[in-house]
Amino acid sequence: MAKVLVVTSGKGGVGKTTSTAALGAALAQRGEKVVVVDFDVGLRNLDLIMGAERRVVFDLINVAQGVAKLSQALIRDKRLESLWLLPASQTRDKDALTDEGVRDIIADLRTKFDWIICDSPAGIERGATLAMRYADEAVVVTNPEVSSVRDADRIIGMLDSKTVKAEQGEQIKKHVLITRYDTSRAARGEMLNIDDILEILAVPLLGIIPESQDVLKASNVGSPVTLNNAASQPARAYIDAARRLSGETVDMVVPTEQRRGFMDRLLGRRAA
Amino acid sequence: MDAKVEPQRQVMRLRGRSYVAFVFSPFMPIMNWLEEIDATLAQSPGFFAGRPIVLDLAAVELSSHGVAHLVSNLETRGIRVLGLEGIEPDGLDPKLPPVLSGGRGCVVEQVEPKKVEVLPPPPPAPSLLLRSPVRSGQRIVYTEGDVTVLGSVGSGAEIVAGGSIHVYGTLRGRAMAGINGNSDARIYCQKIEAELLAIDGYYQTAEDIGETLRRQPAQAWLDGDVLRITPLN
Repeated sequence: MAKVLVVTSGKGGVGKTTSTAALGAALAQRGEKVVVVDFDVGLRNLDLIMGAERRVVFDLINVAQGVAKLSQALIRDKRLESLWLLPASQTRDKDALTDEGVRDIIADLRTKFDWIICDSPAGIERGATLAMRYADEAVVVTNPEVSSVRDADRIIGMLDSKTVKAEQGEQIKKHVLITRYDTSRAARGEMLNIDDILEILAVPLLGIIPESQDVLKASNVGSPVTLNNAASQPARAYIDAARRLSGETVDMVVPTEQRRGFMDRLLGRRAA
Repeated sequence: MDAKVEPQRQVMRLRGRSYVAFVFSPFMPIMNWLEEIDATLAQSPGFFAGRPIVLDLAAVELSSHGVAHLVSNLETRGIRVLGLEGIEPDGLDPKLPPVLSGGRGCVVEQVEPKKVEVLPPPPPAPSLLLRSPVRSGQRIVYTEGDVTVLGSVGSGAEIVAGGSIHVYGTLRGRAMAGINGNSDARIYCQKIEAELLAIDGYYQTAEDIGETLRRQPAQAWLDGDVLRITPLN
């Protein structure tokens, strides 16, 4: 049974696209057939993070409007056989998306893939509502700070009311993914801690992704962090999250500060 | 190019239309009959207002002068005569209403104002129960009674109730109770971090809520025209 997963947040810049790519790659590495769909029409980024920006010919809007076939728009990842990308259009805006167009594309993708991961744009408008419209599950991405958490709460409310599943009286399965988590800052009270976030959102936790330079490095070379450096802390957290999505029970690891090596300790105090 | 459109010539058109009118049939002596009319008028003064009548004079023999006198007598009572019936038109004063013929009897339905059946109002639903948390941006309006939330009310959410508000979780959003002027309404919550509390129009914002109360179980109630927030325990 194909699963449609929307990665959403309300607030921009919290790591939706990074998480979409990382989770998509992690699921594909487990042998599942995955497509990541960019819904951020007009401000597409997923093609860059996936390193496929030079191979985009047709896009989501072309398929929705019948200009291109789905098979023409899908781009296969060069590193993973079972990972595909359906890019967004950069020259159009969100109004080019229609409910029927999205419905037909999702229905078509369901016949071809195990996981359809929709990268939602920020906001609560048309693009975001259409990205979540046909989802079975949702990953709500939030940073450990109040504005992001409140926006996540707003999005959860919309997941419970504006999706097809909700309108049919069913529950859409929701997960919280906390990104850019910095243990030392949380300990100093400069960030919301995990319990506060979970208490506010009342949604099960999918994973905690630590703040890390590895995420930036990976996106700069156009690779999901789980592929670029699978041993890094954020990659391990994403891989664990992907396992939880597939139904495995994995102990939650709260990222701790990496122990510094001898040389790091010697040279770690370099003046900035 | 100017094309002149000839205005269409207005052709006189005759249309038929029928109305239902009351017919009065006076009897002799006329004075008694007029007294009866007066008695009816005394009971319901506005009875003939806007209801012109037709006078059927078949049962009485009146001279042209007598007819004019009767018509003017009725007019002083506010009864306008639409036409005459049962009399030869010859020799009548032309100022009198015209003589009608060919009238057909019909049943005049007495239009009485229907008695509105007073149904007892359905018992107001005592409360609205919300089993899931109220999320940021959601607005719950229930003017009929109490609202109970089994969960938290998120920052940026709003609950509006005609009665009291009960939150079995953290109240982070806004709660407005007793909005229909119910000053006995109260707001209860397990943990107070509200942005705004209001009862019957009296409100306090987060800034006004004492720091010692924050994150404690609390209730808000109206003491005269002062909104008080006190711990629940």
